[in-house]
Amino acid sequence: MKKETFDVKIGLAEMLKGGVIMDVTNAEQAKIAEEAGAVAVMALERIPAQIRKDGGIARMSNPTMIRQIQEAVSIPVMAKCRIGHFAEAQILEALEVDFIDESEVLTPADEANHIWKHDFKVPFVCGCRDLGEALRRIGEGAAMIRTKGEAGSGNIVEAVRHMRRVQSGIKELTLLDRAELMARAKSLGAPFQLVQQVAESGRLPVPNFAAGGIATPADASLMMQLGAETVFVGSGIFMSEDPQARAAAIVQAVTYYDDPKKLAEISAGLKDAMKGIDMAEIPEGQRLQERGW
Amino acid sequence: MPVGVLALQGDFEKHRQMLQQIEVESVPVRYPQDLDDCSGLIIPGGESTTLTKQMKYAGIREPLLEFAADKPVFGTCAGLIMMADTVDDSRVEPLGLLALSVLRNGWGRQVHSSTERIPLSFSDEVPFRAIFIRAPVITDTGTSVTVLAHYRNQPVLVTDGRHLACTFHPELGDDFRIHEYFKRLMNV
Repeated sequence: MKKETFDVKIGLAEMLKGGVIMDVTNAEQAKIAEEAGAVAVMALERIPAQIRKDGGIARMSNPTMIRQIQEAVSIPVMAKCRIGHFAEAQILEALEVDFIDESEVLTPADEANHIWKHDFKVPFVCGCRDLGEALRRIGEGAAMIRTKGEAGSGNIVEAVRHMRRVQSGIKELTLLDRAELMARAKSLGAPFQLVQQVAESGRLPVPNFAAGGIATPADASLMMQLGAETVFVGSGIFMSEDPQARAAAIVQAVTYYDDPKKLAEISAGLKDAMKGIDMAEIPEGQRLQERGW
Repeated sequence: MPVGVLALQGDFEKHRQMLQQIEVESVPVRYPQDLDDCSGLIIPGGESTTLTKQMKYAGIREPLLEFAADKPVFGTCAGLIMMADTVDDSRVEPLGLLALSVLRNGWGRQVHSSTERIPLSFSDEVPFRAIFIRAPVITDTGTSVTVLAHYRNQPVLVTDGRHLACTFHPELGDDFRIHEYFKRLMNV
């Protein structure tokens, strides 16, 4: 029974492949995202760039706003809860959101434990910076993994770092012999059975998406070429000068990610992307990716 | 000739993996000319609003309609929605390959997605383990359509003798019977 429930959770993640999931803060933006071809929307009160600017505690979105977005669009609606805040997750499940993002973009509620996600019928996505973190979240029941990147930065460098770490971690595992896997599981801090499974299959047991800093069609292409199966775009769309056109362009860029001529055509005519932040301008301790473990 | 799998968005890789296991060669289809070398086409699961947009952008609607006039097409979930002639939602522009009326997300949101055992009319073996993900519901079928499987008295797997479509996802499981049925429709 447990396997069947997990199959149904991963099934929805499979359906989102080759698509773009967009952050939206109201029904109007949700419609723009759907019209542009988004496969899902992430309902949140403030986009990460705004959360970063405003400071304070970032919490689960207001249920009224989530309902309005659910009514406005036909595509899956995701919402974020704080790391470890299983009561927020229970409320999001009661609202029948299609996916819950246990997200470092919100202020963590538990610094030691993430949510035990197997208890829920709604699938979860979680962020990671490397293979060990990805496998810990899968062990807790995440049905989809995304890179953390650095949300709200408009800077792709951290998403690239995290995706490369995950991919090289997987490649390394496939080269080890069986006797070496337990020691590797120990150094990764990851469940042994999952380590074994990745070593045999050469891939994560759940879909692997990219998030955190994607602002242009070229950024989307880069992440897909590095092994992402779908991209999340947060601040990149609604902080730009042309949200509608940019959203549609990023959708097309994910489908034609390996066709540079097409990408040139797709990127031509877009106005300015969001300004973005150099990582050196974000002091250690204020990086969202450091939340969770 | 290989089978094409529409690779604009969705779980097209899962279909290709299953085809490989039943020894059918496949190619991804993203450009109209990709259809030229195909003996049939699979439209995978995904989001039908996104598929509507991407089919237009790819300029593949007309070529696909011509292709389907004499070659078999198999659609799963969103693929079935795209093959229907009537959909309840104006955000989706279906191709009208099968005489079906379809209600999107007919069972509700993801918490209502499930795995069910359904008997297949063309197989005496055990029931098929069908994975329904935010599945559509077929509300009406034309006289040209034969129902090959039901769930809760609703048709969930249908054919008109050339094309095949289902509201669930055989590509996510490990039972090849429905893909093998499509293989027979293609005579490959």
